[in-house]
Amino acid sequence: MDTSPYGWWFPPNISMHGAGIDRIIDVVHWFMAVLFVGWGIFFVYCLIKFRARPGHQASYQLPKAKISKVAEVGVLVFEVFLLVGLSMPVWSKYRNDPPKAEENPMEIRVVAEQFAWNFHYPGADGKFGRTHPRFMAADNLIGLDRSDPLAADDIALNNKFYMPKDRPIVLRLTSKDVIHSIWIPVMRVKQDVIPGMEIPVWFTATQTGHYQIGCAQLCGNNHFTMISDLFVQEPEEFRQWQLEQKSSGGEEEEEEDA
Amino acid sequence: MSHDDHHHGHSHGSAHAHGDHHHELGFWQKYVFSVDHKVIGIQYAVTALVFLFFGFTLMMLMRYQLAYPKGTFPSFFAKIFGAANMPGGTMLPEFYNQLGAMHGTIMVFLGVVPLAVGGFGNFVLPLQIGAPDMAFPRLNMASYWVFFVGGVVMLFSFFVTGGAAQSGWTSYPPLSNIAPFGQTLWLIGMVFLITSSLLGSVNFIVTTVQLRAEGLSFFRLPFFVWAQFVTAFLLLLAFPPLEAAGVLQLMDRVAGTSFFMPEGLVVGNRMVEVAGEGNPLLWQHLFWFLAHPEVYVLILPAMGIVGEVIAINTRKPLWGYRLVVYSVIFLGFMSFIVWAHHMFMTGMGTTMSAFFQTTTMIISIPSVIILTAFVISLFGASIRYTVPMMFALAFLPMFAIGGLTGLPLGLTAADIHLHDTYYVIGHFHYVVAPGTLMGLFAGVYHWFPKATGRKMNDMLGKLHFWGTLIFLNGAFLPMFWIGMAGVSRRLYDQTKYFHGDAVQDLTVLSSWSVWLLGIAQIPFIINFFASMRVGKKVSDNPWAATTLEWAAPSPPPHGNFAVVPVVYRGPYEYSVPGAASDFSPQFVAKA
Repeated sequence: MDTSPYGWWFPPNISMHGAGIDRIIDVVHWFMAVLFVGWGIFFVYCLIKFRARPGHQASYQLPKAKISKVAEVGVLVFEVFLLVGLSMPVWSKYRNDPPKAEENPMEIRVVAEQFAWNFHYPGADGKFGRTHPRFMAADNLIGLDRSDPLAADDIALNNKFYMPKDRPIVLRLTSKDVIHSIWIPVMRVKQDVIPGMEIPVWFTATQTGHYQIGCAQLCGNNHFTMISDLFVQEPEEFRQWQLEQKSSGGEEEEEEDA
Repeated sequence: MSHDDHHHGHSHGSAHAHGDHHHELGFWQKYVFSVDHKVIGIQYAVTALVFLFFGFTLMMLMRYQLAYPKGTFPSFFAKIFGAANMPGGTMLPEFYNQLGAMHGTIMVFLGVVPLAVGGFGNFVLPLQIGAPDMAFPRLNMASYWVFFVGGVVMLFSFFVTGGAAQSGWTSYPPLSNIAPFGQTLWLIGMVFLITSSLLGSVNFIVTTVQLRAEGLSFFRLPFFVWAQFVTAFLLLLAFPPLEAAGVLQLMDRVAGTSFFMPEGLVVGNRMVEVAGEGNPLLWQHLFWFLAHPEVYVLILPAMGIVGEVIAINTRKPLWGYRLVVYSVIFLGFMSFIVWAHHMFMTGMGTTMSAFFQTTTMIISIPSVIILTAFVISLFGASIRYTVPMMFALAFLPMFAIGGLTGLPLGLTAADIHLHDTYYVIGHFHYVVAPGTLMGLFAGVYHWFPKATGRKMNDMLGKLHFWGTLIFLNGAFLPMFWIGMAGVSRRLYDQTKYFHGDAVQDLTVLSSWSVWLLGIAQIPFIINFFASMRVGKKVSDNPWAATTLEWAAPSPPPHGNFAVVPVVYRGPYEYSVPGAASDFSPQFVAKA
């Protein structure tokens, strides 16, 4: 990348659902700005107009503030709109509306650990091999049971994630040790990864490129290094990449540059 | 028991003919193991101010690491902290995490709460209701000393093997369960601090209900008393779940239970031997069931102070007094059903998230009402720009920023992007630091003359005010942009992220502001101690105020009032048409 797309505002958004999230943040901030500026003008006006000075007396009478009631009701109505009109629909799609089978989603298991992201692809057969914590070792980070025939073509990657654009991705999030939180800024995806639970999250990329996946939940000393590369590829390029992978059964990471 | 008898006689004595036992008290009983609410209040306040400054220095160290992640610390620091924490001047991530966890813990549990509740509540509340002391003076003393022990345990934890707690002030298991020994001390310390708060809250509630002066009905109570009263209920009802949770985590750590540990954990590729079947989310529910009401424990006393200072310095009644009181009560109730908005990213479905984001939006309404009432109170006023008033006025826009930035975080969809980023840090610091702390500083300047009989210096006060206001904003305003850019909190080095590197300049700006903010506190420290000895002597009621504490001598003697006060009117009768002066005190029959 020549000029960095990252700056003092949002990171770029390359996901289908991200625009909805960005729009809510925009709308809420305009709403906040209007409230704060309106309120601030009244505040500063009072500070100057009603300063103590010779000949000026406070009035015992309290102002009849109709405007404050109007403002309260206005705030209330707008908050209802934010909730029902914007936030709840986006959230509902984000959490309760997984991609349908005809959209051909690709499922990948994520095994988080201190301080890395492991990705478990089902391979050509589309089926995950069995895993169990007792198989976990330095050369088998996801604990793949190699005696399982389904595991034969599985791919395991460490801190590298390849995915095609324009195809729904479903990540099945698990953690080996402590609570992590998967954070893909460019996808507007964040989800806690909690040991003992498997939590799905889904998204679709609209652009190719090299990005990052981070951890948003303090997970120990080297929490800040828990960053995985994210390569979004053209579908054809991704298929090619997948074919080149030999089954690693969790034993090594692939050295490949996109 | 003779000691008991003595004490009973004593507290009766203080109600009727207090001065009697005055000269009998030795140094230790008078200043150290005192049962006098004013001494305890000052003990709380001074201890809390020391802890606040200590907690702040931890942050000053962290800000150096954040601003210059690739540099090394000056050799002076490397020498102090030694090879275990800062080998060759490079701060270790585990030390950074200790500083972070302890900064949060100290500021909340050893700084702001003890100052706002233990300090101001203890000193001011009995005076404002015309009581000779708290209802249970010895319980009050116990509350302070239990707090003190909790604080010592927390500080001591820095010196044990592996250092202090390092899993964030939220101490989420399983990380906290597998953390070094410091975490055990953190839990023990927390049990002490919570116990202290519970003792205090019972005392505040009983005192407010039972010991109000004749004529002081509930709707004649100063707003500050209402704020403390509601705060006491929050402490009483919210803290026990955390105390239970703390004990459960302690059992997980020392007795091999697994309340918060699921089975099949593998740490560093080795299976962890635990029974399993526990759930780490249980801790988060118990923790936030406390910690959200806790936010209101932090903010309500400050609001109470601001209400007092504004009424006095606008020279007119507080606008919408009853409405504001109802809002505070409503706020108290609502604060118990919003906790899970801290947990939106734990995998919550639509229904649950709908409930919690709706309650979160609802709770913003009473806050808006209170803030609006304070601002409308300025309309038609005659504003005296005293030092406490400047702090109280600054509280308003600062708290407004803190409150408003809570909106996007309360909406789950927007929270996806903002959760656990610096936006959150900016948001709650605006509530607690530029917000609450401004209110608490207002309180220090406001009641200092009552506690000492002397006023704090105006020029140093104004210097303190402007420095604090400017650098607090310099520290926290950039965080909204840093958070928007996507930088997570609790990162030892954000530049490893593309989006973190892009906003590193803002992080440097924030760091410099934090250090200058530290320097801006020097006038306050000088002012605070020097004014005790050489401050201008003032009358018992230097601000020409109406509430009962100004009826007592400054400083008030043991037992408080020379004459038992009777209350004739509401708390904020300023500029009453036809009155002799522009204030009609509660305690004067005809004004």
